[in-house]
Amino acid sequence: MPVLTYREAIRHALAEELERDSSVVVLGEEVGQFNGAYKVTEGLLAKFGPKRIVDTPISEAGFIGLGVGASMLGIRPVMELMFWSFYSVAFDQILNNAANVRYMSGGLINCPIVIRGPANGGTNVGATHSHTPENVLANHPGVKVVVPSTAADAKGLLKSAIRDNDPVFFLENTLLYGEKGEVPEGEHVVPLGLADVKRAGTDLTIVTYGRSVLHSLAAAEILQRDHGASVEVVDLRTIRPLDLDTVLASVAKTHRVLIVEEQKPFASVGSQLAYMIQREAFDELDAPIHRLATVDAPAIYSPPVEVEQLPNPSRVLKAALEALA
Amino acid sequence: MAQIIDMPKLSDTMTVGTLVKWLKQEGEPVKSGDMLAEVETDKATMELECFFDGTLLRQFAPAGSQVAIGSPLCAIGNPGEKVETPAAVPVPAPKPAAPLPVAAPTPPPAPRPVAPTPVAPALVPVSAPAPAAVSSARVRISPLARRLAAEKGVDYSRVTGSGPGGRIVRADIAAAAAKPAAPAAPAAAPAKSASPKGGADAWPWRSVFDPAPIQPESTAALSNMRTTIARRLVESKTTIPHFYLEIEVDAAPLGALRAQLNAGLGQDGVRLSVNDFILKASAAALRAVPGVNASWDAAGIKFHGAVHVSFAVAIEDGLITPVIRETDQKSVVQISTEAKDLGKRAKEKKLTPAEYTGGTFCVSNLGMMGIARFSAIINPPNAAILAVGATVRKPVVQDDQIVIGERMSLTLSCDHRVVDGALGARFLNALKDHLEHPALLLV
Amino acid sequence: MTKKTNASADKKADASVTPTSTSASAPINQRLGKEERIELYRTMLRIRRFEERSLRAYQAKKIGGFLHLYIGQEAVAVGCCSLMGPNDHVITAYRDHGHAIAVGMGLNELMAELFGKATGCSKGKGGSMHYFAPDRNYWGGHGIVGGQIPLGTGLAYAVKYKGLKGAAMAFMGDGAVNQGAVHEAYNLASLWQLPVIFVIENNGYSMGTSQQRSSAGDLAKRAEGYNMSWGTCNGHDVYDVRAVMDRFLRQAREESKPAIIEIRTYRYRGHSVADPDNTYRAKAEIEEYRRTKDPIQVFQHQLLSEGVLTEADAAQIDQAARTEADAAADFAEASPFPTPDDIQKDVYWEADHPAERKSQGRLFFN
Repeated sequence: MPVLTYREAIRHALAEELERDSSVVVLGEEVGQFNGAYKVTEGLLAKFGPKRIVDTPISEAGFIGLGVGASMLGIRPVMELMFWSFYSVAFDQILNNAANVRYMSGGLINCPIVIRGPANGGTNVGATHSHTPENVLANHPGVKVVVPSTAADAKGLLKSAIRDNDPVFFLENTLLYGEKGEVPEGEHVVPLGLADVKRAGTDLTIVTYGRSVLHSLAAAEILQRDHGASVEVVDLRTIRPLDLDTVLASVAKTHRVLIVEEQKPFASVGSQLAYMIQREAFDELDAPIHRLATVDAPAIYSPPVEVEQLPNPSRVLKAALEALA
Repeated sequence: MAQIIDMPKLSDTMTVGTLVKWLKQEGEPVKSGDMLAEVETDKATMELECFFDGTLLRQFAPAGSQVAIGSPLCAIGNPGEKVETPAAVPVPAPKPAAPLPVAAPTPPPAPRPVAPTPVAPALVPVSAPAPAAVSSARVRISPLARRLAAEKGVDYSRVTGSGPGGRIVRADIAAAAAKPAAPAAPAAAPAKSASPKGGADAWPWRSVFDPAPIQPESTAALSNMRTTIARRLVESKTTIPHFYLEIEVDAAPLGALRAQLNAGLGQDGVRLSVNDFILKASAAALRAVPGVNASWDAAGIKFHGAVHVSFAVAIEDGLITPVIRETDQKSVVQISTEAKDLGKRAKEKKLTPAEYTGGTFCVSNLGMMGIARFSAIINPPNAAILAVGATVRKPVVQDDQIVIGERMSLTLSCDHRVVDGALGARFLNALKDHLEHPALLLV
Repeated sequence: MTKKTNASADKKADASVTPTSTSASAPINQRLGKEERIELYRTMLRIRRFEERSLRAYQAKKIGGFLHLYIGQEAVAVGCCSLMGPNDHVITAYRDHGHAIAVGMGLNELMAELFGKATGCSKGKGGSMHYFAPDRNYWGGHGIVGGQIPLGTGLAYAVKYKGLKGAAMAFMGDGAVNQGAVHEAYNLASLWQLPVIFVIENNGYSMGTSQQRSSAGDLAKRAEGYNMSWGTCNGHDVYDVRAVMDRFLRQAREESKPAIIEIRTYRYRGHSVADPDNTYRAKAEIEEYRRTKDPIQVFQHQLLSEGVLTEADAAQIDQAARTEADAAADFAEASPFPTPDDIQKDVYWEADHPAERKSQGRLFFN
């Protein structure tokens, strides 16, 4: 199986979908001539030309809104936000317009837009550029939210996202762009809303997504080696729709849950998960549901300290041992 | 009006406190900010602070007694003021089997028939087991354990929980179900040992006999610590010409002295470990054979003027070597106290870099884990590292007789660029001398 | 003081004094047949009577939330929408009833939407501010001031992307021109030469704050900063609206060029019916507009003078509009409310098309 970086996997998905469907357009800041702020769209302008690969001004509210409007008329725009942190300047377009237009029109209008870009901390860019808004986004019925952790998932999920008739928000991670992984050749589509058991285990379920999957797998390895604990790692991959069944099946096996998320704790994705798990698997639980989140403060700049603010293998390990106690 | 001081809640899980000793006596004047007594909680021994000015009029609880939170400890007021013995916080009594009388005219309060009214204040001698009723009456049990108990017909009210805060968890029910039905025990089962070497009720994931399948294949990301350990040890093992010297030490005198000291010091909360003596003895041996207290350096061999002995501490995802500075200048008790603190904070990852750098010699001890002997990798830039094995009872020849002896194996890994065989041997012999005459370490 | 100036200026333009439109001779108006002219008049009246009827329903507690009436501005929506070709699109803000009727939506479905009924154009899910008719190229109906303008720009982008000859009219009030998203859209439209016309319906007040107190400079003239063409027109005269808009619509369709048009108009009612109307303007000002510039009266005079319409025709058309509005209210009243089961319908395309669903997992939560 070919090994691709996460970045290349996304690029391949874009290229294949651009090839497949002439209504697909890539728009965003510096996606064309500059080849992408994080080189995700590198080479696409040369291949598909300026009609399909469109450089936008620094104007998130304007161009995201434009994409939403175009999608109402059947275009399938794939909008790049240089950072998902900039969602706040386009909030009205993303979460009033894209999320609501179908409902407010009584189902008459669809909005098949994809908005994608990185949403993560850990790169010492400070509080304004380190937001992880998946909980905020997923709080809005009408939208879909995807957070892939591996190259294969990134490709397969992005292809599904582009083909989806509802607005899909696709949250990548600058620290994953260079991560390599095997990606199946040919048509590789991963359905939205399907979790993936990235590691099987019997003593503890770690429910996680995004880059935290990697930290959780690293911690699981240590737990197995040093503590003899067998940890199952469930990668949600999609936040909404949510594959709760896979989570519940794992809980029924391990009876202990640790949620790991790169989210501020208050009303996070994990908060919702914890609610649902206790609601639907109360009698399977042998311990309270534990959760490891980002330390509750704006993203700190200081490079070595930011590592400790976010989930990392040693923080996951500690939290897992508490959950196993 | 005298102020009654109650047993305060001093920890999150505390339900009773032990009044260790009174720091102020009846009739003594006290003022706000004074410490009245030492109270031992489930977590620590803490001082009870006074928030009033006046005279300590009465002590309601003698030293050594256990007092529930909210029960009176003492009274503070004006000298000579009369103090009524306050009513104690009622200890929750088991519900009487017979229904409570509900006669319409309330009879004069009679002594309760079942639970003997405790003489106020409610004190429990320290030697008696803490009554179960002092803790929350509600049984703490996980949802899964509750369900399993119902399925297996286990009366979980008779099961002692091994989870956090005494929560009954799945393993407890599984263990209870596996045991033959015990006759109705009059008292709750004795508190379970905190030792991880539990039997049937140990965590399944802790068992070496766990038949679970081989772990799934995966790759763990490297932590910063792991990366550092790997780099430094590869550097050490590949650039330092290691050689190893081993010596066996008669550990009986050390064991005897340690037992004696711990018996005496125990009341002060001091407990000396074998390792504390080894650290001290290593420092003494380094003084005697200073050639080992050195480092290889491109510029030449650096002989250190001070002895800073470090010791390896296993932590979450690696190990770290905190340093006891001027080890030779410190008493065994000082070393013990410092080592405990460093070890604790090492596990909490709260050491400052100054606390784990600058050692001139290192001790690695796996004796407490049952390892008889091993050889360690030198921690650069040290010239040697001492690997300490377990004290083993074994046949030894003494006065041409085979007797049971207690032996400890010490292995010294040496950097041959700095330490030659003879030098290393001299050091080990010095160390052996000190450990076999441990009383000398105390002076 | 401003109000006084306006009022006195308006007196000179009394419709009864100058009954004929200066734009009547524009080719786009000259081409109109008799029935088409009457249809413009009828549509304006239907809007007026619908709004009046809805106000009564609101006061009778049949309608919840806000109700932003279009009374006084009818010539704008009717004039603009009368020019729509098959690839032209309309989007507007929350004062959206007039445009909905102008693009041909039925009064029944519109009134039922106000009543929150399942027979409403959005099944009772959108309400007054959120009317949509994609089959009539009408894309709403948006609640946030200025938020629809990037969407309208996107409609134009889609038209251009598809290689169609069409234009999008993105309507906004004079209060929206100071929103950032509007300016971002201006820039994108000019930068990419999109066929969009930004139509500012300047009724003089952004909610309860006059134009003078909220906007610096001429509203449409801001186009110059974006290298766009711009124009103004008299929103009390449907012919003038048509004449000016036709010019810019052609430019958009044929040359794919954006423009900003400011249409001067006036609303007689509060920003919303629940808002007080006497804090920021004088009753006399409103009366003056009603008397001298009412777009329906102006156009009625125009058609009477053209000999296209008789007083009797006008009365008959008015009566029919009233009857239609009453019937719409009756229809709305008689219609069922959506059920709680309907709450979670029309959220996701996938949820509404289970046979074609490709994703898995839970779309809804509780």
